[in-house]
Amino acid sequence: MTQIELMSKPKFERFFLRIGIFFSSLPLKLSLFFRNFPFFLKKVGSKLIKPFEVLNDAFINGDWKTRLSFLFCGFGQIFNKQVVYGIINFLFEVCFIVYMCLVGVPWISKFGTLGIPTDEIGNACDVYINDITGTEFYDCHGNTNDSRFIILYSLITIFFMICMLYVWYSSIRKAKLLQDYNVIGKKETDKDVTKTFVSRNYDKTLLAVPLTGVIVFTVLPLVFMILIAFTNYSSEFNGSKLVFNWVGLQNFANMAGLGAGYETFLPTMLKILVWTLIWAFFATFTNYFLGMIVALLINQKAVKLKKLWRTVLITTIAVPQFVSLLLINKMIQDNGIINNLLQQWGIISSPIRFLSDAMIARVMVIVVNMWVGIPYTMLICTGILLNIPEDLYESARIDGASPLKMYMKITLPYMLFVTTPYLIQQFVGNINNFNVIYLLTQGGPLTQTYAAGAGQTDLLITWLYKLTMTNASKDYAMSSVIGIIVFCVVAFISLIFYSKSKSVKNEEEFQ
Amino acid sequence: MSKSFSSSIRVRKNIRLTLTYIVLAIISVIWLIPFVYIIAQSLSVDTANFSVFFPDEWTFDNYILLFTDQSKPFWRWWLNTFIIAGCTCIIQTLITLATSYAFSRLRFKSRKFIMKTFLIIGMFPSFLTMIINYFLLDILGLSSSIFGLVLIYCASSAMGYYIAKGFFDTIPKSLDEAAMIDGANKNTIFFKIILPLSKPIVVYTVLMAFTGPWGDFMMASYIAQGDVQLMNVAVGLQNLALVGEITKYFSRFCAGGVVTSIPIMILFFWLQRYYVEGVTGGAVKG
Repeated sequence: MTQIELMSKPKFERFFLRIGIFFSSLPLKLSLFFRNFPFFLKKVGSKLIKPFEVLNDAFINGDWKTRLSFLFCGFGQIFNKQVVYGIINFLFEVCFIVYMCLVGVPWISKFGTLGIPTDEIGNACDVYINDITGTEFYDCHGNTNDSRFIILYSLITIFFMICMLYVWYSSIRKAKLLQDYNVIGKKETDKDVTKTFVSRNYDKTLLAVPLTGVIVFTVLPLVFMILIAFTNYSSEFNGSKLVFNWVGLQNFANMAGLGAGYETFLPTMLKILVWTLIWAFFATFTNYFLGMIVALLINQKAVKLKKLWRTVLITTIAVPQFVSLLLINKMIQDNGIINNLLQQWGIISSPIRFLSDAMIARVMVIVVNMWVGIPYTMLICTGILLNIPEDLYESARIDGASPLKMYMKITLPYMLFVTTPYLIQQFVGNINNFNVIYLLTQGGPLTQTYAAGAGQTDLLITWLYKLTMTNASKDYAMSSVIGIIVFCVVAFISLIFYSKSKSVKNEEEFQ
Repeated sequence: MSKSFSSSIRVRKNIRLTLTYIVLAIISVIWLIPFVYIIAQSLSVDTANFSVFFPDEWTFDNYILLFTDQSKPFWRWWLNTFIIAGCTCIIQTLITLATSYAFSRLRFKSRKFIMKTFLIIGMFPSFLTMIINYFLLDILGLSSSIFGLVLIYCASSAMGYYIAKGFFDTIPKSLDEAAMIDGANKNTIFFKIILPLSKPIVVYTVLMAFTGPWGDFMMASYIAQGDVQLMNVAVGLQNLALVGEITKYFSRFCAGGVVTSIPIMILFFWLQRYYVEGVTGGAVKG
């Protein structure tokens, strides 16, 4: 069936036909996938082999300068008129070797065991076994090993090694390149290289600092956190809680309800997960569409006092969130001002249980979140809306399009084009929205059926906070597991949206 | 005939406009109620009467106490936060704009990969990373300094590139090409052509970077570790609002909230005319 035949069918029929086509084409797609798989492997393989080919070529065909670069980074550059960059490379290598000797090797050697508890003098501590939980704990005063720092320094060392490998590789490649340049009589000095940083290599100039920041303060901690999920880091080790061990997949088994004392974790986790998704969906889309509508209302040409309307909404951004949320929390208490006034006016006879009834509390957090979020959306939309080329509307008006039609055919597509990544980010942000939930309801109302202190408006993220901060057993390992679960859910959803999003596929449509 | 037709259009337009005003008025009231409530409470003599809207007796004492009580040095918290917000604002804006520009306008080998990676790592719950960030600051010797906070706020700001990149994507590429023909390098294009055209998004980025630190509680409380001299406004005020203390300090807490919101409001007023201006209107047509 061709596309035209499909389009001529009625809408609902088209829908089912599409599903039919999807399933009937599955075998073909699968066979294509398996047929292309070897080529895919070959492509990946050739990419992986390429660096080795470069190194091999540099070693066999290189002169003594290039070969010396294998031992001393940057020598090829120093002897080919790129003195400054060569020296920088060389200094990096020196730093690396010094670091490895003094810091790197001592820490990374403990990585396998995460340290043995010792006291200040270096004697191993006494090992006890907890009768109830069966876990080992150690008794030693003033122990010196700290597993957290062992993991941290090991990670830093590994990151540093990767950097060194890259510097080493690129310095050899550069040396070979300069050698080849000499043969054909081309020259590249320090000055030439510096010039490329505002033209060809401008991306490196712009991204150097941002990327370093993200790698050190986001990627490194994330790897750390993932590793924690495979240890037994919690405050159960009262004797020496700073030394813990690898436990493999034990925490994941606990999460699945297989470990002793963790039976209720799985149902609790699933219920909280479902509520988290419902919350994120409503919180994102109510804010987005209502915020856009408010921005459109204010943006109308005939509306006066634009500044005033905007300022009113913006006052809510100006007051710090935790202040306004605590205030709203006080306002909607059972004996709070709203219930008081409603009772005085005789509208209700008994207080509305805003925070103690699960259903009402859930609606309340979404409503309050609208109050918090709409001004932000309004702010973003205002700028972008004014950026829509006016001639699009003009021609639509000449063709006699109604306002609604113009909104559906011009405004909305344009907004979605610009803001889809923002929407995805908002969705993710709402799944991890700690402030609104925690400051407003503290996850309550509590219920007996949930494990580990979780309440009925708790998101995964606030539950995770409770596990690590407010609960007596600060169970970092389990909360890392929850963190990984949150990540898997979010990554799955948003990658689907992201790959379907128009603004990602054709970024240049409006340029 | 034609007259009545045009007047019916005008009537319809007027009805629409009136409706718009009514909706806007209702919205304004809803958004202002908590704000009026906080101001009213901050002027109350009774330190903790949540259940009436306007207090019976009015006083300015809460504001005076805010600045004179040495055990709860609010001015210190305010100043700390102001310094943090100022530094963060400048650095974060530069980083965010540079990243977005690179992703939007430059084409380099690992662009898609880095963008996807940022998207993916942005999905991990961020405060699990806080403990480790605290350790990292400890290694750098910044763990009990407000500049440690600045570093943390700025370090991950590259990951918020989405909005500015979306905006840069809509600026016509013909501008770059025209400048390139005139012999400008990429650096000049960025600073002299794209940035001046992007005022709304620059202002938006500045605003968000400035307001963020005023409300941050978690990382700031790690850094402060209970030291009142190192607290920011959020941690300090939270100190006033602890379960046992709130009945004693509630109206002062409200006063603190009001004072905190002043610099942000001034900034918003001042920058408002920029972020509502259109951009491509005057640049290149068609």
